[in-house]
Amino acid sequence: MKKSRTDMIFNLSLVALIFAAVIIVENIPGVNPMLSTVLKKGSIYALVAVSMNLLNGFTGLFSLGQAGFMLLGAYTYAVITIPDSAREKVYMYVKEGSAVSRAWFDNISNALHMSEDVSKLLIMIIGMLAGGLIAAFFSWLIGLPVLKLKRDYLAIATLGFAEIIRAIFQWDKLGPVTNGSNVLRNFPTFKTAVFPLTVSALCILFIVLLINSTYGRAFKAIRDDEIAAEAMGINLAHHKRLAFVISSFFAGIGGALLAMFQNTLQATPFKSAMTYEILLIVVIGGIGSISGSIIASFLYISASEWWLRGLDSGKFLFIESPAVLRGGFRMVVFSVIIMIIVLFFRKGIMGEKEISVTRFLKLFKKKDEKNKEI
Amino acid sequence: MSENVLKLENITMQFGGVVAINDLSLEVNKGEIVSLIGPNGAGKTTVFNVITGVYEATNGAVYYEDKMILSNHPQGKMKKMYAGTDAGKFSDVMTKTPDRITSLGIARTFQNIRLFKSMTVFENVLTAKHMLRKSNLFGAALKLNHREEANAREETMQLLERLGLDDVKDELATSLPYGKQRYLEIARALATKPKLLLLDEPAAGMNPQETMALTAFIKSIRDEFDLTVFIIEHHMNLVMDISDRIYVIDFGKLISHGSPEEVQNDEAVIKAYLGVSEEDE
Repeated sequence: MKKSRTDMIFNLSLVALIFAAVIIVENIPGVNPMLSTVLKKGSIYALVAVSMNLLNGFTGLFSLGQAGFMLLGAYTYAVITIPDSAREKVYMYVKEGSAVSRAWFDNISNALHMSEDVSKLLIMIIGMLAGGLIAAFFSWLIGLPVLKLKRDYLAIATLGFAEIIRAIFQWDKLGPVTNGSNVLRNFPTFKTAVFPLTVSALCILFIVLLINSTYGRAFKAIRDDEIAAEAMGINLAHHKRLAFVISSFFAGIGGALLAMFQNTLQATPFKSAMTYEILLIVVIGGIGSISGSIIASFLYISASEWWLRGLDSGKFLFIESPAVLRGGFRMVVFSVIIMIIVLFFRKGIMGEKEISVTRFLKLFKKKDEKNKEI
Repeated sequence: MSENVLKLENITMQFGGVVAINDLSLEVNKGEIVSLIGPNGAGKTTVFNVITGVYEATNGAVYYEDKMILSNHPQGKMKKMYAGTDAGKFSDVMTKTPDRITSLGIARTFQNIRLFKSMTVFENVLTAKHMLRKSNLFGAALKLNHREEANAREETMQLLERLGLDDVKDELATSLPYGKQRYLEIARALATKPKLLLLDEPAAGMNPQETMALTAFIKSIRDEFDLTVFIIEHHMNLVMDISDRIYVIDFGKLISHGSPEEVQNDEAVIKAYLGVSEEDE
């Protein structure tokens, strides 16, 4: 009990420290803008990776539908929150115009005399929640038949679902809602990294609490041994569905955040490649470790968006060779790094463990004892 | 005094063309320790799997505390293939998933130990308490159920102390020696607060001393937790020592039942089973 409390205090102060650092860094002029990008995108990917880890790492359900649920969340967010004044321009390639309006919200917001900032924040929260709920609803629906499948079959089914969703969202008959394959834009977005960091920190906190609760133990029991879990009175269908729906809910919220980060939204980038990216982060961080997923997503985004960027533009570290270092070379190096990790560090950065000061301190204590013995 | 806790009526379990259990009827009364014995492959574990809902019996019914909990009759393709008896006797179809059976108060252990591998001894038992929760997901995640949680932890600790596993509570379940893993399985089953405990070969792999200790242990938990116990076992010493009554099956068919003395002197049993293991005794 005491041990976990020290850890919790440590982790919370770590989070607070990161927040303080972010606020300071963002307010210093001249800091590399890449850092801000990494913080924003990294926090979004951290949330999605943790939500995937809840399913793949803690419940043992190998699902590859994450990009599909992110797309649902992103589109729901954008469609709900685009201001009515901008809709005509956004939906200009659709004959019928937009079928959705946010007049209901604007009316309420006017009636309550909300300031512009409050109103914007509120619609962002409503949009994100709606995105999460729609993703959760669809996962519940798809889960009814699909969760009876095991392992690779489940992966194939969820992957197929994600691809179908993407195709449906690009269908021009749905244009009045989804704008077909045209770009959605002008929806409210965030400027500083504090917003996505806060949202994803809160969501991850909920997931961590859930995993440490009696439900989390039930999920792990299902992962370890389905037959034994069932014999101990754990309803398999119910708990698998719970994990699936919760994971998708947070993937939906992550999708909404990603839409905000990108400023514009199209269905094309939500390919299976995006799911693989997230799966990679989960594997690199360690399947079954929350802190691993978080660390890995920041590392991954830093590497792909920032550190290795020079590989594409002819100058990397001290090497200058435009002939070799040109567009696409970054991905080559990246693939090699990933292969090395999968081959030699299969358990990822953290394995199944979490960051913990007490374990850290114990390590020192053990060393002390050893020294004394000598 | 003999109140029925478990009753199997004409249970037949057929896998394709293979009849694993053939027209088996048996009763377990409250407070009894009843054994199910038989040679390897006789279908003993299949009986447990039918009772706990892992398999759906092809024909027959199971009653728990005089209420029907499972029932089936040959359907579909099985209608033509059915090789058992009493095909027309049962008309109800009642199935339950294993977790429903457990929540009724029937807990089991497994022949090939099935502990939660990534968890500690303490967590293994605590996980079995999940079934008894009253809190919902949000209550549990936001720690609104701290009283329930604290209660579950305390009961788990008491159970571990009772079974002598408290000194290893923070060790990984799979790192325990084999005998302790068997006790841990029993502890985990007891954590669901069962009335009927099904033990599938609890003494497998134990030496004579350990088996004797286990015999005394099973008797003591029966009294302490007010249990009825149904055991599958191969160790004849344990079976003869512990059982109020014994059922013997061979090739899925009941060949004898009665008190240990009766069964020991039954010609059919000696022929099928005991005769082979005489040199052990």
